[in-house]
Amino acid sequence: MTVLVIAEHDNKVLKSSTLNCLAAAGELNAEIHLLVAGHQVSSVIEAAKIVSNVAKVLVADAEQYVFHTAENIAELVTSIASTYSHILVSATTFGKNMLPRVAALLDMSQISEIVSVESEDTFIRPIYAGNALAMIQSSDAIKFITVRATAFDAVLDSGGNAEVEMLSATADTLLSEVIGREISAGDRPELTAAAVIVSGGRGLGSEKKYYQLLEPLADKLSAALGASRAAVDAGFAPNDYQVGQTGKIVAPDLYFAIGISGAIQHLAGMQSSKVIVAINKDEDAPIFQMADYGLVGDLFDIVPELVAKL
Amino acid sequence: MKILVPVKRVIDYNIKVCIKKDGSDVDLNNTKMSINPFDEIAIEEAMRLKEAGIATEVIAMSCGTLASTDVLRTALALGADRSILVELEHNPEPLAVAKLIKVVCDKEQATLIICGKQAIDDDSNQTGQMVAALLGWSQATFASEVKIDGDSALVTREVDGGLETLKVLLPAVITTDLRLNEPRYATLPNIMKAKRKPLDTFSAADLGVDVSPRLTLLKVLEPTKRTAGVMLENVDALIGKLKTEAKVI
Ligand SMILES: Cc1cc2nc3c(=O)[nH]c(=O)nc-3n(C[C@H](O)[C@H](O)[C@H](O)COP(=O)(O)OP(=O)(O)OC[C@H]3O[C@@H](n4cnc5c(N)ncnc54)[C@H](O)[C@@H]3O)c2cc1C
Ligand SMILES: Nc1ncnc2c1ncn2[C@@H]1O[C@H](COP(=O)(O)O)[C@@H](O)[C@H]1O
Repeated sequence: MTVLVIAEHDNKVLKSSTLNCLAAAGELNAEIHLLVAGHQVSSVIEAAKIVSNVAKVLVADAEQYVFHTAENIAELVTSIASTYSHILVSATTFGKNMLPRVAALLDMSQISEIVSVESEDTFIRPIYAGNALAMIQSSDAIKFITVRATAFDAVLDSGGNAEVEMLSATADTLLSEVIGREISAGDRPELTAAAVIVSGGRGLGSEKKYYQLLEPLADKLSAALGASRAAVDAGFAPNDYQVGQTGKIVAPDLYFAIGISGAIQHLAGMQSSKVIVAINKDEDAPIFQMADYGLVGDLFDIVPELVAKL
Repeated sequence: MKILVPVKRVIDYNIKVCIKKDGSDVDLNNTKMSINPFDEIAIEEAMRLKEAGIATEVIAMSCGTLASTDVLRTALALGADRSILVELEHNPEPLAVAKLIKVVCDKEQATLIICGKQAIDDDSNQTGQMVAALLGWSQATFASEVKIDGDSALVTREVDGGLETLKVLLPAVITTDLRLNEPRYATLPNIMKAKRKPLDTFSAADLGVDVSPRLTLLKVLEPTKRTAGVMLENVDALIGKLKTEAKVI
């Protein structure tokens, strides 16, 4: 039994969610291969080689993989899939976009966003916005799995010494082409990997106030910024800040929900946080039913005071 | 160009699901059901393409029990021209749905399929990608903007780091994200009109598709529930708790 994990990277840096996915793969007690598909990926190979539990790094380096489009990556993964018992990728937009395509090309099902490995063929995954957990057994010859990163502690990114094997590239499908990217590059930690998250909702009132109030707090705590859907829809924060059932799943040590009511779709994304603080002027807001610490009051008074006293 | 929009009947997004006492499944008896919110956005996008003169016909389809007729009526009331029910005894897995959509798409000769990005019951987020694979078509998932440009579609996608613009060759499968559009409300006259629009029913066997499951649901578990913590008087109390009790700052 050999397990294939598909690495996520930007052709330069191996994304940390790959290390969480490798931890899930490790629970299968089998040899692990890590696929790096991209273009001019030497620094990613260097990082992949020394990850603690990887036996072999497979590299496909070609121009048609540079943007990781689903069509081309799926061709590649399909071409090597048959020797593996399990194929895993993190449940990021990259993994979610690509893996179902591979599974369907091979006439197999996929198990999405697992949070636990029960055995070789049985896994647990959240359903209904995390309000229930389904234990699922698969009868497919290859198990296609996306992994919820927050449910698995990352493996060590050093100490390993994997061999590297170069793969020949599959043909360019010519079906799609990335023509633009607006990727937010800031100094803040990545939302899904941050130890502290300061999240704001509709209660912030405007984009200006969102940043005016939350940035100083995030600066003090070296936190990432997050948002509810209502805040994103209203244009207070960019789309990739959205936490929730249909946004990002986060589990920091400390999560501040500021001016967020606590709709089930929002809770789905942050209920695994270690400590939750809620600041809301409505004492009946559902967020208080699951927050460890609640402060009732006007966020426009509370947040500046908090920043001043920290 | 014909657009096919698959729509799923799911628990209403306002309702919190209950688990059956024996842990065999969730309990959907007497639960309010609705069209999956992402599929409403898909219908809206298809309607806008029709109103812009780009699409000629919008066909809604659903795979499920007879009860799914109600979401097809919703789709028709929102403007779809006709609808297809693939009647099944159980809720199918995404792979089976993808196969059914492929066969209907082949029959209808659609050029564009607009799906939701995920059904909010199973949260699978697979079907659109699987349909694209089975058809050998290009795919643009998590769309927040769609422009048709000759034989291509320009699609802005919501990805983890921000936004990405993809140029995909038609025919294609697009899956909708929340910010693609704001769906219209069905007006009373349109709800009445929808009752007279065509609704064809097929079985999986009629379409020659094997929908037998690959996955077995062994049981459904309660997630660990968080309980309400303490309400604090003021900011000083909060800082104190975070420092000495939770030790997170
Ligand atoms: C299919 C679907 C998917 C969804 N996915 C997501 C998702 O992934 N993530 C998500 O977040 N939502 C999601 N939603 C939306 C969700 O249902 C809620 O609408 C949303 O989370 C509400 O955001 P909010 O709490 O910021 O706004 P509101 O519910 O409007 O709450 C604002 C809060 O701010 C408080 N407030 C206002 N002013 C002040 C003040 N001065 N001081 C203190 N408090 C104040 C109010 O008391 C209120 O509690 C989804 C919805 C659907 C239908
Ligand atoms: N039973 C179904 N009938 C029709 N369309 C479906 C069905 N299941 C899923 N879909 C479509 O596929 C999308 C993604 O669903 P899923 O992959 O199950 O998360 C939905 O938003 C629908 O557009």
